[in-house]
Amino acid sequence: MNWTLALPELVLALSGLAILGVGVLPSRNTYYACSMAAIGAFLLTAVLVLGAPEGTGFGGQIVSDAFSRFTRLLILLGAAAGIALSLDYNAHEKLDRFEYPVLLVFATLGMMVMVSANDLMSLYIGLELLSLSLYVVAAFNRDNERSAEAGLKYFVLGALASGLLLYGSSLVYGFSGTTNFDRIADALSDPAKASAGVVVGLVFVMAGLAFKVSAVPFHMWTPDVYEGAPTPVTAFFAAAPKVAAIALFARVLGGPFGDLAGQWQQVIIVTSLLSMLLGAFAAIGQENIKRLMAYSSIGHVGYALVGLASASEAGMRGLLVYMAIYLLMNVGAFAVLVAMRRQGRAVERVSDLAGVAKTDLGMAVWMAVFMFSMAGVPPLAGFFGKLFVFKAAIDSGLWTLAIIGVLSSVVSAFYYLRIVKVMFFDEPVGALDARSGATTFVMTASGLFTVLFFLYPAPLVAAAQVAVAAILG
Amino acid sequence: MNAAGFPLLTLLTFLPLVGAAFILTQRGEEEVVASNARWTALWTSLIVFGLSLILWFKFDKADAGFQFVEQLDWLAEFGVTYHVGVDGISVLFILLSTLLTPLCILASWDSIRMRVREYMVAFLVLETMMVGMFCALDFVVFYVFFEGVLIPMFLIIGVWGHSRRVYASFKFFLYTFLGSVLMLLAILLLWFRAGTTDIPALFDHAIPPSLQTWIFLAFFASFAVKVPMWPFHTWLPDAHVEAPTAGSVILAGVLLKMGAYGFLRFSLPLLPQASADFAPFIYVLSVVAVVYTSLVALAQENMKKLIAYSSVAHMGIVTLGIFTFNVQGLSGALFQMLSHGIVSGALFLCVGVLYDRVHSLEIARYGGVAKIMPAYAVVFMLFTMASVALPGLAGFPGELLVIVAAWKVNPWVAFGAAFGMILGAAYMLFLYRRVAFGKLTKQDLMGLLDMSAREKLVFAPLIILTIWMGVAPQSFLSFFQASVTALVARHEAALGAARLAGM
Repeated sequence: MNWTLALPELVLALSGLAILGVGVLPSRNTYYACSMAAIGAFLLTAVLVLGAPEGTGFGGQIVSDAFSRFTRLLILLGAAAGIALSLDYNAHEKLDRFEYPVLLVFATLGMMVMVSANDLMSLYIGLELLSLSLYVVAAFNRDNERSAEAGLKYFVLGALASGLLLYGSSLVYGFSGTTNFDRIADALSDPAKASAGVVVGLVFVMAGLAFKVSAVPFHMWTPDVYEGAPTPVTAFFAAAPKVAAIALFARVLGGPFGDLAGQWQQVIIVTSLLSMLLGAFAAIGQENIKRLMAYSSIGHVGYALVGLASASEAGMRGLLVYMAIYLLMNVGAFAVLVAMRRQGRAVERVSDLAGVAKTDLGMAVWMAVFMFSMAGVPPLAGFFGKLFVFKAAIDSGLWTLAIIGVLSSVVSAFYYLRIVKVMFFDEPVGALDARSGATTFVMTASGLFTVLFFLYPAPLVAAAQVAVAAILG
Repeated sequence: MNAAGFPLLTLLTFLPLVGAAFILTQRGEEEVVASNARWTALWTSLIVFGLSLILWFKFDKADAGFQFVEQLDWLAEFGVTYHVGVDGISVLFILLSTLLTPLCILASWDSIRMRVREYMVAFLVLETMMVGMFCALDFVVFYVFFEGVLIPMFLIIGVWGHSRRVYASFKFFLYTFLGSVLMLLAILLLWFRAGTTDIPALFDHAIPPSLQTWIFLAFFASFAVKVPMWPFHTWLPDAHVEAPTAGSVILAGVLLKMGAYGFLRFSLPLLPQASADFAPFIYVLSVVAVVYTSLVALAQENMKKLIAYSSVAHMGIVTLGIFTFNVQGLSGALFQMLSHGIVSGALFLCVGVLYDRVHSLEIARYGGVAKIMPAYAVVFMLFTMASVALPGLAGFPGELLVIVAAWKVNPWVAFGAAFGMILGAAYMLFLYRRVAFGKLTKQDLMGLLDMSAREKLVFAPLIILTIWMGVAPQSFLSFFQASVTALVARHEAALGAARLAGM
């Protein structure tokens, strides 16, 4: 057995346990040390991922290929940014407990297992490891009612989604006789012979996954959880797990069920349409900026799913590029949200950003960059993400999706512009507190990426191309 | 390598960004930073203008193809390259953009006192986008610059505008964004059909007529809003009234030209059949624009709004000229675009001079200004005359050519356009009379100072150009000649081929 295939995961798991061990030592507060150790572990894992061999191992449970490499690197990046953003915030809010980085490490481990899963079993294990960690961190501010509510709500609905996923998996197993992705693909190689049971199972699996990516109509938990959870947790939710779940979606539908594209394509088209529309319209009236970002993220999932709906290599590639850009934009935007603090208290209304351009120009400029980029205005990175998925949609003849997509991006431009307007056109309501070095770093790095992406987009696109080739074979 | 011997167009496009980045690094006392920002922006834009003069001297007027071409790999997986170049149609608009930018910076020298650094950065970024758009030879590159204009312009209107700036900036952004995304779909469709986004390569790609209609409509959605053509013009008066002076100058001078340029560069050569089919529709919209907006202009009480409506009318002449499909019409349209860029830009600057002193745009607030500001009155008079197309000034040759061309197509269309010119004379002279002549009764106007040396410096190049274009239009028309002739020949050949195929 080639255990080196899972070396990055093993190392990360051991690091998580080690950090936990250090954390429980009854000394002074180890939050900061544990966080730094977690970031270090992510870096080490990223290096191992880069050098990981390719192949299938552990009895066909785990696969290491270009696709899992691409997505694992994105996940690690998002997770490291998530921890960096929480440092200052958690210290202010008295959330500086060592469990936080430990939970994020295990969540990340779960995501890595998810995207390298080659079997419905390992998929489920990874997903549950992620979800259980997330339920806890959502309620991390346990003395706060909204945070506790967010955690509970997420847990109840998440358990339901896991149930759907399991039920779907069991149907697929029952009707195809295997849980292994490769063998499912073989069993379904002739779509005409695929039994209705597999298709029903597939739909349940998709429902479970749609819950995790918060695509309409399984999005209900998103606004409440995003609003209730502490801001760095929301930042983490919106970045890495979303990328992981979308990647998993792509792998499951593109790999084992690739030959059933005719069946799942319609479902994805509808989901994608509804997500784009809901993301565009529901966010307009939001006053709480975290809630607004929740709807915005639902919309972005809709755009990403346009790529998946195309059911083509170009579409999958567009999806991966979209998610990579989305991750960086979102991390940057949430860095701004984390830094929103006035006289020591975290604030989260859109109007709290009023006149930031006068008091903190740097932050206002970066936030404007992220907002314009999310609206899809060139030359910022977000435009290219949309360009690639819509190109794939047009190439596959999905006109409705493309037209509704661009129109909803105009609608969503309205609320992104509103944030720019509040920051630049309105009068300040009092300066925000100084930002911490870590948030500034995250903000600046992702801002530079968003602005400069257009100069040299080729490497990311090429990497996504290689990754997609791995799952579509 | 190109005629300049170095990547001239890339340099012209991205040099302003270097200036902007430098301004952003400035730290320290506000006054010092503001002053540094002004000087850096001015020098950057002057250097860009100086470099762009190479185009004027080195451009080969006999060559109808693209010159100063540069091509680099960009999105290799998609076959999209960074491809830039100029031909007779685009070359002078680059010069127009590089000329107006330093003038705008100079015109905002004293009137912008708040957030000077950001203002200058926005203008330099805007210059990058404008120049990049006019020299792009790849659809994706074109779209990036075409849309990229929105960001700095949105901020310029919204941050430094007047009382209803938020409404105007949102309207401007969303209107143009909506049009542009539809164009994006058309670009994607073309890309899918032809397998390339390279514009010269697409010229050789025939598109079936049924598809041409849809693509034409999608392009129309974007360009008609940008021109703007009646009835898609309603964002323009709002944007003009609320924008700061220099913002209006760029908006009228360059941004409106992007729409007409789009028609010329894409609709005509790529979609000959659909263009021909839609020509009557465009004539109607253009003539309505000319007559209707001229009448609306007559009723305006706000100087900027009046000039904004006059812009819609003048751009109506441009779209009319483009869709006559003959050499006079196209040359006339191009000439009109250039002259309108200079004259309406100058008129907005004239309004700005008064606004800086009195802080009002109401026509009724003025009267008898000629008595105390004689030099200003002369300058304002010159541009008013140029705007009403007095022979010998910049406005005349373009309108004449377009009307002659329109006459060939349909005398009634020519009549409509000519009628609009008469109305144009009426509202512009009416404006001038109410502002400059009459009794000087308002107390606070008595103490107005005439133009300062800086203001004279801003107007000097525009005055020279206005007279030059009126007296010797050939030195500008000669730039268009080869490209326009080639474009018309290609258009007729394509139509002829389609007709043969239909027989």
